[in-house]
Amino acid sequence: MFDASLTELAAALAAKRISSVELTRLFLDRIARLDGSLNAFITVDPERSLAQARAADRRLGAGEGGPLTGIPVAHKDLFLTEGWPSTCGSRMLANFVAPYDAHVIERFNAAGAVILGKTNMDEFAMGSSNESSWFGAARNPWNPECVPGGSSGGSATAVAARMAPAATGTDTGGSIRQPAALTGICGLKPTYGVVSRHGMVAFASSLDQGGPLARSAEELAALMNVMAGFDARDSTSLERPAEDYARELARPVAGLRIGVPREYFAEGLAPEVAAAVQAAIDALQKLGATTSDVDLPNTGLSVPAYYVIAPAEASSNLSRYDGVRYGFRAPEYDDLMDMYCRSRAAGFGAEVKRRILVGTYVLSHGYYDAYYLKAQKIRRLIANDFAEAFKRCDVIVGPTTPGVAFRLGEKTADPVQMYLDDIYTVAVNLAGLPALSIPCGFGRGGDAGPASDLSRGGLLPIGLQLIGDYFAEARLLGVAHQYQRGTDWHRRAPPIGH
Amino acid sequence: MSLPLSEVMRIAALARIAVSEAEAEAVRGQLNGIFAMIARMNAVDTTGVEPMAHVRDVTLRLREDIVTEADRHAAFQAIAPQVEDGLYLVPKVIE
Amino acid sequence: MDWETVIGLETHAQLSTRSKMFSGAATAFGAAPNTQACAFDIALPGVLPVPNKGAVERAIRFGLAVGGEVRRRSVFARKNYFYPDLPKGYQISQFEAPIVQGGALRIVLPDGAEKTVRLTRAHLEEDAGKSLHEDFHGMSGIDLNRAGTPLLEIVSEPDMRSAAEAVAYAKALHALVRWIDICDGNMQEGSFRCDANVSVRPAGSDTLGTRCEIKNLNSFRFLERAIEYEARRQIAICEEGGRIVQETRLYDPDRDETRSMRSKEEAHDYRYFPEPDLPPLEVTDAWLAAVGAALPELPAAKRERYERELALPAHDAITLTASRDTAAYFEEVVSGLAEAEQGGEAQARAKAAANWVAGELAGALNRAGLDIARSPVKARDLARLIARIRDDTISGKIAKEVFDAMWAGEGAADAIIERRGLRQITDTGALEAIIDGIVAANPAQVAEYRSGKEKAFNFFVGQAMKATKGKGNPVQVTEILKRKLAG
Repeated sequence: MFDASLTELAAALAAKRISSVELTRLFLDRIARLDGSLNAFITVDPERSLAQARAADRRLGAGEGGPLTGIPVAHKDLFLTEGWPSTCGSRMLANFVAPYDAHVIERFNAAGAVILGKTNMDEFAMGSSNESSWFGAARNPWNPECVPGGSSGGSATAVAARMAPAATGTDTGGSIRQPAALTGICGLKPTYGVVSRHGMVAFASSLDQGGPLARSAEELAALMNVMAGFDARDSTSLERPAEDYARELARPVAGLRIGVPREYFAEGLAPEVAAAVQAAIDALQKLGATTSDVDLPNTGLSVPAYYVIAPAEASSNLSRYDGVRYGFRAPEYDDLMDMYCRSRAAGFGAEVKRRILVGTYVLSHGYYDAYYLKAQKIRRLIANDFAEAFKRCDVIVGPTTPGVAFRLGEKTADPVQMYLDDIYTVAVNLAGLPALSIPCGFGRGGDAGPASDLSRGGLLPIGLQLIGDYFAEARLLGVAHQYQRGTDWHRRAPPIGH
Repeated sequence: MSLPLSEVMRIAALARIAVSEAEAEAVRGQLNGIFAMIARMNAVDTTGVEPMAHVRDVTLRLREDIVTEADRHAAFQAIAPQVEDGLYLVPKVIE
Repeated sequence: MDWETVIGLETHAQLSTRSKMFSGAATAFGAAPNTQACAFDIALPGVLPVPNKGAVERAIRFGLAVGGEVRRRSVFARKNYFYPDLPKGYQISQFEAPIVQGGALRIVLPDGAEKTVRLTRAHLEEDAGKSLHEDFHGMSGIDLNRAGTPLLEIVSEPDMRSAAEAVAYAKALHALVRWIDICDGNMQEGSFRCDANVSVRPAGSDTLGTRCEIKNLNSFRFLERAIEYEARRQIAICEEGGRIVQETRLYDPDRDETRSMRSKEEAHDYRYFPEPDLPPLEVTDAWLAAVGAALPELPAAKRERYERELALPAHDAITLTASRDTAAYFEEVVSGLAEAEQGGEAQARAKAAANWVAGELAGALNRAGLDIARSPVKARDLARLIARIRDDTISGKIAKEVFDAMWAGEGAADAIIERRGLRQITDTGALEAIIDGIVAANPAQVAEYRSGKEKAFNFFVGQAMKATKGKGNPVQVTEILKRKLAG
């Protein structure tokens, strides 16, 4: 049952081979068994989950079920969930019980899905390793000594370890695709504006986008059909007719024009990742796709521009955490200023504070033009690069990350090193494009440690990134699905929980 | 570029984050590394490039002037650090 | 040395919408604390701004009314600072591309002189909440009901040169925002608030001195007194060779002085940047045209029309266009009068109406502290009263008595005239008889008049009016007296 796809689960529920309560219990039990070492969940509340499962069973019994009715889904802990703690991985919100539901949660609830729990994440989604969480790092199920990636590390771990059939995440600079790649699952970052940000705790407003994590492209399509949709409460939500994200799953790859950006295969890319990605491109060619080189000349500027824009917006978005109306307030203080400063110093972790300081600086008087405005101009150049590339190809294909999962603590001392690993993902967010990551192989990593730690000879997953033009999600999912019909990377499970 | 310690302290105060001088000194090195990385932006001439603040050229939707929100202050204040008589309490505000 | 005071005003007009600038919470004044502060207003995580069309439309109305440029594309920006009454830690405002750029306002000074004050800009933003300083165990209480209320911040150029000019500008602006129905103008409730930027310079200089911003000017009187105090303070410093420090100062009405605001002393660094949650605000030509078409005739245009079409003197035209209610009242009196008279000379009717509205009625309203919209004497009723003067039913003097009775609620003019028997005596025979009696009874005064003392004539008029209890038709009385006294 843990390896069943969403479609198979829906069929089992519809045929009454299993009830939602039973299914939910199975996953809750597995979480209880495994999560002590993996730390994928911040909050699990069996009573609430089972109450929802009972309601789903009634709905299924009445024949009113949809594709996700009764299926448990884990949610990144920055989607506000009424009555649930919604901590954002931060001490600041450790005791924050959300008084309303995010749009994404409303939609899953309306679909009859069961909230399985709230997943671990880098604090306020700032990080690529899940190590900045106030609740401790989530672990990579392929090797618990390694990071699962971030910031949606808990969601990726939960899905990869079969503790949840599917999960939600958010992607500001790669936070869905990168952990999906490092844990061997699939993750989609939709076109900016397709998934409502209402009720999603903001990190960088112009970049943040919610999306699904699951084990196959087909499942991502089913999840997108629930998650995506116009929401008037988000002024950046795009008002478009509803679409079926599964509509291109069956479309053959033949005739697909793949663009391969030279810049994504340059210095810094681990040879084993380059080889796996090349093998995937070859497989797509065998399916009838053609390839050509495309230029994304400003790729090298994407990380610097991103690390100006994202912290700038974050510094402002996180000003509301001041200890006045909700959230952490320092127990002792001298006066108002001191209350602010101590609450924020103790409520935020080191990475969040670092980014707030960077963001405050780049917006401050006299530096705005040199940093923020400059970064916005580079953002335009990056978006233009993609627009040029999509004149000559349908999909851009490359690696999701420069290497496989690294060890906990390996990159915490040097934030810049960690930031530079975002090189293949952040440009997509700056341009607002859709992209997904799917597994395409395994590697050992530079320092994978003793083989006894690991299954399959100490291997860690490698992700393939597919980038599409605006609103090309269905096409991306179709290409990924066709690839997955002929490969089994996405079916490989980490060696745990047997 | 290298940030002086005083500048780190100034930004921290502006951001309302308490830092000791020792902490500021530690974070200064990291910030300098980050700003050195950011300085790579200067490699490209952006003269005449239109800054991009939003992903797509969309226009703002406007809401009709209708009251849609009910009073939920009891629920909101249940998660507040300190309230009295419906007010959020903070250390004395001096004007 | 002679000094010149230079003043610019920044005015925050609360826009009279039902809901807030970026949320659907109510804006009504006086609700229990935090009962009108929704999830967005208290800045819960994840809640996003959605702008109010009614607020934008009001800003457009203002832009058109002052002849400013209404931007087709304006940009919301975040102004970042920490304050307990600012829940998000930033205020959504407009910075580089405000919705209204430029424009001007014509002001009339107390001595009747007129002047044009240029406007720099007007932009949309959200209001902050309130800090209540009553003692909560040494703490302050925060009420966020006002947080998010739409404001139009109207910034003038430093075109004013005295406290009186600043007050005239503020009053003209106050009248205009009410006229175009974008703000209720209630200063006690903080719906219309002014900050003044004041500097001084040697007379004749054309460079600006260092300015101080004075806050908390919530009445025209405080505005005037604060500027006067501040100008005196700055001049005194300059004359002693000191330098003005640029700062924010608070006016203390109890002590009638301004003092430095400690909390605002920290160097301002608002870190403005475009609001990423809001795409640019677009105003289409069609919308602009529709708002323009729905705009009422503006006070300046109306005043000009009163002077041109109705031949009213400037001071009457100014008084009658002081507010939209006053103008509406006046116009209703004029049309009521036209109906009652069916013909006759329009300009004379207008003048008669103007005299009454700007004279007797204004005085009575002023004494009673009433707004014209709440006048106990309605425009149509006043028109009937004036009609009775103009058709010689009563004299102007008697009309005042009738007006007082109408004010006291005794009914319509005609009923009062009949009940009290105030109808003018126009029977020539009756008047001649009375006047004959007076002439006969006062031979000495007759002799005086006839010897050339024209002044004695007034004595006879007085006697005649007294004898008729004021009801003698003054024109007839004069005519008869002249005839009789001529001997």
